[in-house]
Amino acid sequence: MVDLKNVFKAYNNKPVIEDVSLTIDKGTITSFIGPNGAGKSTLISMISRLIAKDNGDITIDGKDIFQAKNNDLAKKISILKQSNAINLKLTVRELVSFGRFPYSQGKLTKEDWGKVDEAIEYMELQDMQDKFLEELSGGQRQRAHIAMVIAQDTEYILLDEPLNNLDMRASTQIMKTLRKLVDEMSKTILIVIHDINFASCYSDNIVALKDGKVMKQGRACDVIDKCVLKDLYDMDIDIKEIDNRRICVYY
Amino acid sequence: MKIRYLVLAVIIFSVISLFIGVTDISPLSLFNLSEEQQQVLLVSRIPRLISIVIAGASMSIVGLIMQQLSRNKFVSPTTAGTMDSARLGILVSMMVFTSAAPFQKMLVSFAFALAGTFIFMKILDKIKFKDAIFIPLVGLMFGNIISSVSMFFAYQNDLIQNMSSWMQGDFSMIMSGNYEMMYVSIPGLILAYIFANKFTIAGMGEDFSKNLGLNYRQVVNLGLSISALVTSSVVLTVGVIPFLGLIIPNIVTIYQGDHLKNTLAHTALLGAVFVLFCDIIGRIVIYPYEIPISLTVGVIGSGIFIYLLLRRKKYGL
Amino acid sequence: MGYKKKTIILGIVALALACLYIFYDLRGNIGYILPKRAIKLIAIIITGGAIAFSTTIFMTITNNRILTPSVLGLDSLYLLLQTVIIFIFGSNSIVMMESSINYLISIVLMVLFSLLLYQFLFKGEKNNIYFLLLIGMILGTFFNSFTDFMQVLIDPNEFMVAQDAMFASINNVHTDLVWLSVVLIGLVLIYFSRFYKYLDVLSLGKDQAVNLGVPYDYVVKRLLIVVAILISVATALTGPITFLGLLVVNVTYEMMKTFRHLYILLGSIFLSIIALVGGQFIVEKIFTFNTTLSVIINFVGGVYFIYLLLKENRSW
Repeated sequence: MVDLKNVFKAYNNKPVIEDVSLTIDKGTITSFIGPNGAGKSTLISMISRLIAKDNGDITIDGKDIFQAKNNDLAKKISILKQSNAINLKLTVRELVSFGRFPYSQGKLTKEDWGKVDEAIEYMELQDMQDKFLEELSGGQRQRAHIAMVIAQDTEYILLDEPLNNLDMRASTQIMKTLRKLVDEMSKTILIVIHDINFASCYSDNIVALKDGKVMKQGRACDVIDKCVLKDLYDMDIDIKEIDNRRICVYY
Repeated sequence: MKIRYLVLAVIIFSVISLFIGVTDISPLSLFNLSEEQQQVLLVSRIPRLISIVIAGASMSIVGLIMQQLSRNKFVSPTTAGTMDSARLGILVSMMVFTSAAPFQKMLVSFAFALAGTFIFMKILDKIKFKDAIFIPLVGLMFGNIISSVSMFFAYQNDLIQNMSSWMQGDFSMIMSGNYEMMYVSIPGLILAYIFANKFTIAGMGEDFSKNLGLNYRQVVNLGLSISALVTSSVVLTVGVIPFLGLIIPNIVTIYQGDHLKNTLAHTALLGAVFVLFCDIIGRIVIYPYEIPISLTVGVIGSGIFIYLLLRRKKYGL
Repeated sequence: MGYKKKTIILGIVALALACLYIFYDLRGNIGYILPKRAIKLIAIIITGGAIAFSTTIFMTITNNRILTPSVLGLDSLYLLLQTVIIFIFGSNSIVMMESSINYLISIVLMVLFSLLLYQFLFKGEKNNIYFLLLIGMILGTFFNSFTDFMQVLIDPNEFMVAQDAMFASINNVHTDLVWLSVVLIGLVLIYFSRFYKYLDVLSLGKDQAVNLGVPYDYVVKRLLIVVAILISVATALTGPITFLGLLVVNVTYEMMKTFRHLYILLGSIFLSIIALVGGQFIVEKIFTFNTTLSVIINFVGGVYFIYLLLKENRSW
């Protein structure tokens, strides 16, 4: 369980996150949606301790993340940021093997390599595992990064706009994988996402953020609601039910 | 800050500058000067004043143009290798033509400064990571590399102490007869005034300016040529004056905004005031000796630069 | 050819050059010449190794291949220090003559300076490493202004001594200092070994490193101190060779095409030794250049680097 209590964050005295309290249940996908500048990325970076909070408590399974040992935390929670511009000559397999660092500190055991192979297989990257990252397409590269996170084998996985710059096929593929990770391996996934239809179709819960505050949180079907979305984005959004899925029409 | 205060400051400092020195000349005796006093005034004091004003104004303007063109607040002749290239040019001209006339030196130095600045701009195109602070770092590195090339040749020809002495910014050697090269800057400044709007547009980027029907390449080339011309003339006559083109435009933009047309006059005037001020300090601190201008500007300038950086960090600019 | 093979070959070339340096044209009083050459060789290996090693670490921490520790302003500080000593005490003073005093003062001051700089950086929350470097660089320019000023004031005869200090030279290293440096570097390496495992992960960038459980600030701070000490030792022993690191580490990356630090570190150290021993050999024996090795290395390193930056189809 991830627990946030009265979390605040400000940059240069400008509040970005104000009094956010949240509880995220195990074994779910929770999407963070909201307009630009709502503080989604900041919030998810704080939960993954990439940036410090100003005030409040962030705990994972009851343990304060800023008190916990770095290495223990790295076995519990992993984050994938939106900019993954790695400037190295790195093959897919080498990248994925970095996911085992928290366990082996760079000296991978047989068991570690086993996990690496599993992750590569899970993301269907066997054919290209010895290719350099720079040779891959955007979607393939994103899958390689997710494979690394899978190799890291953490209970909680945080992703910051993983669908950025991906086409529809790659996006769907990634969202399906995330769903599978939750359903089959009972991971807990937190994801920042812009496309509300992806959020609506694939997540269990949605947190709607605006101006650094939580506007609404709850089950996906409760948040994908005409009134809520109007307040959130300041625009009229029509919601159609297609095959039991709520689809937002806003064009 | 109103422009008239700046003008007033220039006038006051100019007067002070005229009447400081070993030969005692007081403003009251201006109309009955002795032969010697007249000589000092005409041969040394007035040329010195003129070169200070031109150097201060033009180096600041050049900094402003370079910042507009590169869209980076911290690019200037000091942080883009222009100064170091001009310096290398002078050294080369001294090696090739043993008794180079000032004009020859000027031309060679201009060519080097121009080439150096173009190379830097080319490097900028190549760099993916365009962090505001990373760019001047690369520029300073680039300048160091150019300097090490100068060092190589200077060492070969036993010119190192020589080079330190003539490369250090210093107004005390300015006399009528050896500073006239400075006037080359003036047409450059006039051009800068005429093209101010275009520099601002070019600064928005190549696609943006093409969209507005501007010949991007031409404008950028003109801007860089002006920078190289002014820098080489200043380096040749006065020597290296660090940070000037960096701090003055930044201070002006803080209160005047970014549009070149509004900031040019302020930048020129403030640049002149700043150099006049530093020069006066350098002349009175260890009177009757002088501290060279590169040192006073270097000390005050680096302080201001660090302040600007901290300020930027604070306000997240 | 794989990077492992290339590393071995580089090692062999370095060793061969070292032997050549020691045994080439060995005539006269062998008992005198041999130890003298051996000491010089050790000095070269220490300097080259320390510079290559620290530059590699530095590039990993800063996540780029353009910056070298020279942007910390240490070289400039060293030059200023030497000039000040000559200016105040004169070239015949005890500080100048007794090289070990000079050596220790230089190292202590340079390390103190970097510590102050780091202190300043790590005080705030949003610590941007480029910010630190720019400040270091500005202070470097500031030191240079002072150095230039004093050098003009110094008597030309005294200046010759200052000039010697300005350029790295292996011809007049002192035996005691070489051994002292060996000990210092050995201690630093022992301290460093704890952090070795983090290097590969650090090269993925700060976010990834934190994600993978690296105590980022803690490790980077200590690695920067290691870099500062290594550079200070190398500079105080032979003098500043600003662009050697830039040259060898970039060539190593171009050659090896791997991210593994074990090979990059070894490769760059070997290359550095090759460049210095080979260069020294050429300067001493073949060309008898009217110049010192450091000037040539800076020249070649600088030009090569600009070439690298401008090379087509490559962005940094």
